[in-house]
Amino acid sequence: MTVMPAPDEAANASSTKTRGGLPPNGSPEDSEPIMRRVKSKLTSRWATAAAVIIATVWTIPTFGLLVSSFRPAAKQVGPRSDGWWNFFGDWQFTFKNYVDVTAAAGSQSANLSQYFANSIAIVIPVTVFVLVLASMAAYIFAWGNFKGREAAFIFVFALQIIPLQMALIPLLTLFTQVLQIPPGSYAQLWIAHTMFGLPLGIFLLHNFISEIPGEVIEAAKVDGAGHTTIFWRIILPLSVPALASLAIFQFLWVWNDLLVALVFSGGTADVAPITQRLAEISGTRGARDYLNPAAAFVSIIVPLAVFFGLQRYFVRGLLSGGLKG
Amino acid sequence: MEFIGGKFLQVVIALAAFAAIIGLIMLLVDRAPKSAKDKVTIVGFLAPAAILMLVGLVYPALQTSLLAFTDAKGQPNGVDNFVWMFTQPEALATLRNTVIWTVLVPLLATGFGLAYAVFIDKARGERVLKALVFMPMAISFVGAGIIWKLVYDYRGPGIEQTGVINYLRVALGMDPKQFLLDAPENTIFLIIVMVWIQTGFAMVILSAAIKGVPVELVEAARLDGANPWQQFRNVTVPGIRGALVVVLTTITIATLKVFDIVRTMTAGNYDTSVVANEMYTQAFRAGEPGRGAALALILFLLVLPIVVYNARVLRQQREIR
Repeated sequence: MTVMPAPDEAANASSTKTRGGLPPNGSPEDSEPIMRRVKSKLTSRWATAAAVIIATVWTIPTFGLLVSSFRPAAKQVGPRSDGWWNFFGDWQFTFKNYVDVTAAAGSQSANLSQYFANSIAIVIPVTVFVLVLASMAAYIFAWGNFKGREAAFIFVFALQIIPLQMALIPLLTLFTQVLQIPPGSYAQLWIAHTMFGLPLGIFLLHNFISEIPGEVIEAAKVDGAGHTTIFWRIILPLSVPALASLAIFQFLWVWNDLLVALVFSGGTADVAPITQRLAEISGTRGARDYLNPAAAFVSIIVPLAVFFGLQRYFVRGLLSGGLKG
Repeated sequence: MEFIGGKFLQVVIALAAFAAIIGLIMLLVDRAPKSAKDKVTIVGFLAPAAILMLVGLVYPALQTSLLAFTDAKGQPNGVDNFVWMFTQPEALATLRNTVIWTVLVPLLATGFGLAYAVFIDKARGERVLKALVFMPMAISFVGAGIIWKLVYDYRGPGIEQTGVINYLRVALGMDPKQFLLDAPENTIFLIIVMVWIQTGFAMVILSAAIKGVPVELVEAARLDGANPWQQFRNVTVPGIRGALVVVLTTITIATLKVFDIVRTMTAGNYDTSVVANEMYTQAFRAGEPGRGAALALILFLLVLPIVVYNARVLRQQREIR
């Protein structure tokens, strides 16, 4: 299997060859026709300009949200309201929206701190469950020896693509009527998210674990190590990069989920995650619309922090996983 | 803040129970008699994940397939749900929209992602430029919905516009437009949001693939007098074909399942519904689980060719290894 190089490694490799668009060392740059040199300079300048335009267009919506979230209510809704870009001419800044959306003050308030805590309480166990169970299964698929291993693994791969929508109705019936898991507890969400996260998790980790050199495992076996020792003492420590990227992946995915939450949370402030509350308050148009940007920003601050902090691992996970050319 | 304490306790209990189960499995595997050790290991390591996937995905998929042939009361009704789907104007509009989504989103996101990856390749500040376009990947669809409402916001003519695009339209002397209300083009405006989210993903993968194309090949083409477009067309694109296929299929699958954007921006009204959203509406809002299941089945059938294709590619790769 060909593994695509992680972008930062590849960038280092190629930038040593052609830094700043100059041809590789020793090429007869001076003898090159001037016209062509000018032309290629110009093309790259146009390309950079196009890139900057795309980057700007892509960033403006989020930037507008951030600015809006600090504008007073009267500037956002009602007769005196105007677009967020007027903020820069008419400097009116407030933290009040953030105070309002996070304060726990009765059922009418957005109450986001409570939902925020729910999101964390949902995400952390799910991430742990998926990491442990998926790495155990991935280890067996990579190094276990049993009949039908290949076919079973392909089957797990295919499971990734069952639309969650197909699973929801029967699973809800199963949880509430057969297994008697009380609605309005985290348990339904934990189990459902773990079930849905496993195929991708097994797939990503398998690709990594199967590339661990066989000699390492053989050597441990010769020393008398059993499967459990090999798994905990060798496989898991060596798989930390893959585990990290899967953890980020799983974290973002569960944090950002709305569909599973809508079906299994029961919608109460005790259990429902922040995305669900956000969908509720943004769905009811009215006088409190000015809270939406602040509420949205509270909900995306954790994924953004995770994303910018751990971007490298996240990207590496995308590349080492199911996405090989 | 006592509610935090209660939640924290639940999380700790769940993690402890999980640790106990895993510990028990490890103990059993360790204590198994030598003759059966390998079998016990395989079962012990595989069973928890296998059971969860069978219960959480395989069984529901089968169950839903049966449910698709029953009516609102759970009585078998043959193919009525499918007849409904292919005859009712609203259901037909849903199918039509889904087709538009799955054609446009992968093409646009991959196109923009590829162009951007080429433009910023070796540019100064590549890392920052990449992060800016990749950022929407980290934002929930719900958050994205709210972000884009600020872009599409509409006010009547003559009033100060609060949406970016309508502000620009008025400044250019045009009438403000109700982007999310006017069918059929409102579907396009929802699609733009999905493209905004997925482009960063395509860009990251394709950028890595472009860097994997041997510099010597590009250099040789350049020395042969190929202009940048010809270099791109004849060297880069063939070199990243595999990555292109992967990006296209991954985005296609994500698009088929898209639900949250439509749900939060229009709730599927004004002729914007897609299969994934309609499935939720029918099954959980309209009390028609049979119709919902039928829509889910159609969704699965749409995804199936992509699964088969990917599984075949996967098997080929494993054979090469």
